Amino acid sequence: MSPPPAAPRAIRSARVARLARPGALLALLVIAAVFPLVVTNALDTQFAVDTLIYVAAVAAWNLFSGYSGYISLGHAVFFGSGAYTVGLLTEHWKVAGGTIFWLLPLAGLVAAAIAVPFGLIALRVRRHTFVVITIAIFFIFQLLAYNLSFTGGNQGISSPFFLWSAQNYNNPFYYVALILAVGTIALSWLIRHSRFGLQLLAIRDDEDRARGLGVRAMRVKLAAFVISGGITGMVGGLWWFFIGQALPETAFNPIFDVTVALMAFLGGFGTLAGPVLGALILEPLQQWVAITFTNGYTGEIALGVLFLLVILVLPRGIVPTGRELATSWQARRTRRRGGPGAPSGAAPPGSPAVPSPSPSGASSASGGGVQ
Amino acid sequence: MGRELTEAIIDGILGGGVYALMAVGLTLIFGVLDIINIAQGILVVLGAYLSYVLAVHLHIDLFVGLLVTVPAMFLVGITIQWAFIRPLRGRERTSMSLLATYAVAIIIEGVLYIIFGANYVNLNSWYVTTGPRVFGFYLDYIYIYGFLLAVVLVAAIYVTLYRTQFGRSIRATMQDHTAARLVGINVNRVQMLTFGIGVAVTAAGGMVFGATGGGFNPNTGYDLISRLLAIIILGGLGSIAGAMIAAIFMITLEGVVDVLWSPSWSVVVFYIALVLVLAFRPQGLLGRKEVRAQ
Repeated sequence: MSPPPAAPRAIRSARVARLARPGALLALLVIAAVFPLVVTNALDTQFAVDTLIYVAAVAAWNLFSGYSGYISLGHAVFFGSGAYTVGLLTEHWKVAGGTIFWLLPLAGLVAAAIAVPFGLIALRVRRHTFVVITIAIFFIFQLLAYNLSFTGGNQGISSPFFLWSAQNYNNPFYYVALILAVGTIALSWLIRHSRFGLQLLAIRDDEDRARGLGVRAMRVKLAAFVISGGITGMVGGLWWFFIGQALPETAFNPIFDVTVALMAFLGGFGTLAGPVLGALILEPLQQWVAITFTNGYTGEIALGVLFLLVILVLPRGIVPTGRELATSWQARRTRRRGGPGAPSGAAPPGSPAVPSPSPSGASSASGGGVQ
Repeated sequence: MGRELTEAIIDGILGGGVYALMAVGLTLIFGVLDIINIAQGILVVLGAYLSYVLAVHLHIDLFVGLLVTVPAMFLVGITIQWAFIRPLRGRERTSMSLLATYAVAIIIEGVLYIIFGANYVNLNSWYVTTGPRVFGFYLDYIYIYGFLLAVVLVAAIYVTLYRTQFGRSIRATMQDHTAARLVGINVNRVQMLTFGIGVAVTAAGGMVFGATGGGFNPNTGYDLISRLLAIIILGGLGSIAGAMIAAIFMITLEGVVDVLWSPSWSVVVFYIALVLVLAFRPQGLLGRKEVRAQ
C-alpha cells in the first residue's frame, strides 16, 4: 500500500506526453520526406504519390464537410476543374518541365471561383438535399466536360511528357503532393484552433442556434467551402500531371467523391488526424485491390464490400473509437487505484454503477471539440 | 418540328409516369427511413435484368413476369434494409446510409457486369414494337401499357397509405418516429416493409424502362439514380405527389430539349432546371419547410 509518490510521476508523464506529440509528428514528417530516397521501386513510389494525393484531398474535404457537417459528394467538381484548368493552360501556353507546378495555384483559383456560385446555391439547403444538390451539380460538370467545345470531349486532355529520368520520375510529384498534403493539414489545424473553426463546429452542432448566437452562417460555410474547393482544385491539377490524362469520367469521377467521404469516415469524421489516417489506410488498400483483381468488375465488388465493412464495423471512425477506448481504459485504471484524478469524483471508487465516461452521443458530439 | 414536338411531349408524359413510379418508391423510403437509397438506380436495372432473364430464357411475357420479379425485388429490398441500413445508428446515420447504399449499388453493378457483360440489351415483345397511330406518329403499346401499370401501382400505394391501417402506421412513422413508437407501432417492421415496397416498385419500373428506353446495361444505373434524385428533390423530399409531378415535368422537359436543341444537352438542362428551382424554392415544389431542419 505504498505506491511511489503519484504527483511527480504524473508531471513527468504529462511532460512526456506534451513532447510526444510534436516529436511523433516530426518523426512522421522526416520519414515522409526521406521515403522516396530509401524506397526507389517505381511502383511503390507511385502508390505513395497516389496516397498523398488522397491525403491532401481528404484533408481538404474534411476542412469543409467534417467541420461544418455538410456532406459534400460534389468535390470531384473541383478536382476535375483543377485538372482541366492545368491541362488547358499547359496546352495553350506550351508549358513544360518543372515549371508546370506553378500552374497549380491557378487551378486552385479556378476551382475556388467555381465554388462561390456552387456554394451560394447548394448551401441554402441542408442535409440530404444538400448532398443531392452537390451530386446534381457534379453531374452538370461532368456533362459539360463531355459536351463543351474546348474540353476535348471523350478524348479528354493528355499531359506532356516530362524529361526527367525514369528512375526518379515520381519524386517531383511526390514532393509536391507532400507539400500540398502537409499544407492542407496545417491549415486544418489552424482553422480548428481559430474563431472561424469554432463557428464552423457550432454550425455543425446546431446551425439555427449558432445563427442565433451571431454566427454569420452563410458567410462562414461559404468561406470553408471555397477554401476546401480551391485546395481540391490544386490536388486535381497535380493528379492530372501525374496520371497524364484527364477524361470526363476520370477527372469528374463519382467514385472520387464517395472514396474521399469514406476515408474521412473510416478515420474519424471531423477530427484532424482521422481523415489522414483513413486515406493512408484505404488508398493503398484500394490500389492493392485494383492490382490483385485485374478483372475490373471483381475489383469493383471488392471495393463495395470494403466500403460496407468499414461502415458496419467502424461506423464512428478509428480516431474517435480509439480515443474512447483510451479514455475508458484510463478511467478504469484511475478508478481501480482510487486516485484523485478519477473523472467522476463524486462516484464511489470501484462502484460498478459508474457510468462510462463517454456515452456515445456526447462523445460523438464532442469528438469534434477543440482539443 | 411540330409533329416531333407533340411526340416528345406525349412520350415524355407517358415515360414520366414510369419515372414517377420509381421516384415514389425512393421518396417513400426517404420519408419513412430518413435515408436516400442511392442503390435505387441499379435496383431498377436489376429488375429489368430479371424480366430479361424470364423473357429470354423462360419465354414468360413481360407483364406476367412481374408476378415473379416484384416479390423477388421486395425480398431484395428487405434484405438490404435488414443487413445494411438497420445497423446504422447515431449522428452520422444520414451520410453513412448514403455510403452504404452506394456500396450496395457498386456491388450489384459489378455482379451484373460479370453475369451479363457490358452489352446493351432490350426487353422485347409484340407490344414493344407495334402500336396505334397518334397525331401522325406511331405510339408503341408499351408506352400506354407501361403508363397504365404505373398509374395502377401508384394508386395502389396511395390507397395503402391513406386507406389501410398499415398505411396509417407508415404515415405516422413519417411524421414522428418516437411518437409512432409510443403509440405502439413497430417502427422497425414498418421501416423494413417500406424499404421492401420502395424497392419492389423498381421491378415494374425496370421492366417498363427496359422496354421503352434505348436499351440498358449495368452502367445505366448511374443515369437513372441521378435523374431520380433530381426528381425527388424537385418534388420535395418525402412528398409523393411532388415526386409524380416532378417526374412528368422533368422527363417531358428532357424530351422537348432533345427535339428543340440537342440530345447531348437535354440532361444538362434537366439538372439546371433543378438548380434553378431550388435557388428560389429550397424545399422543392411540394416539400414541407421542416425538411430543411438540420
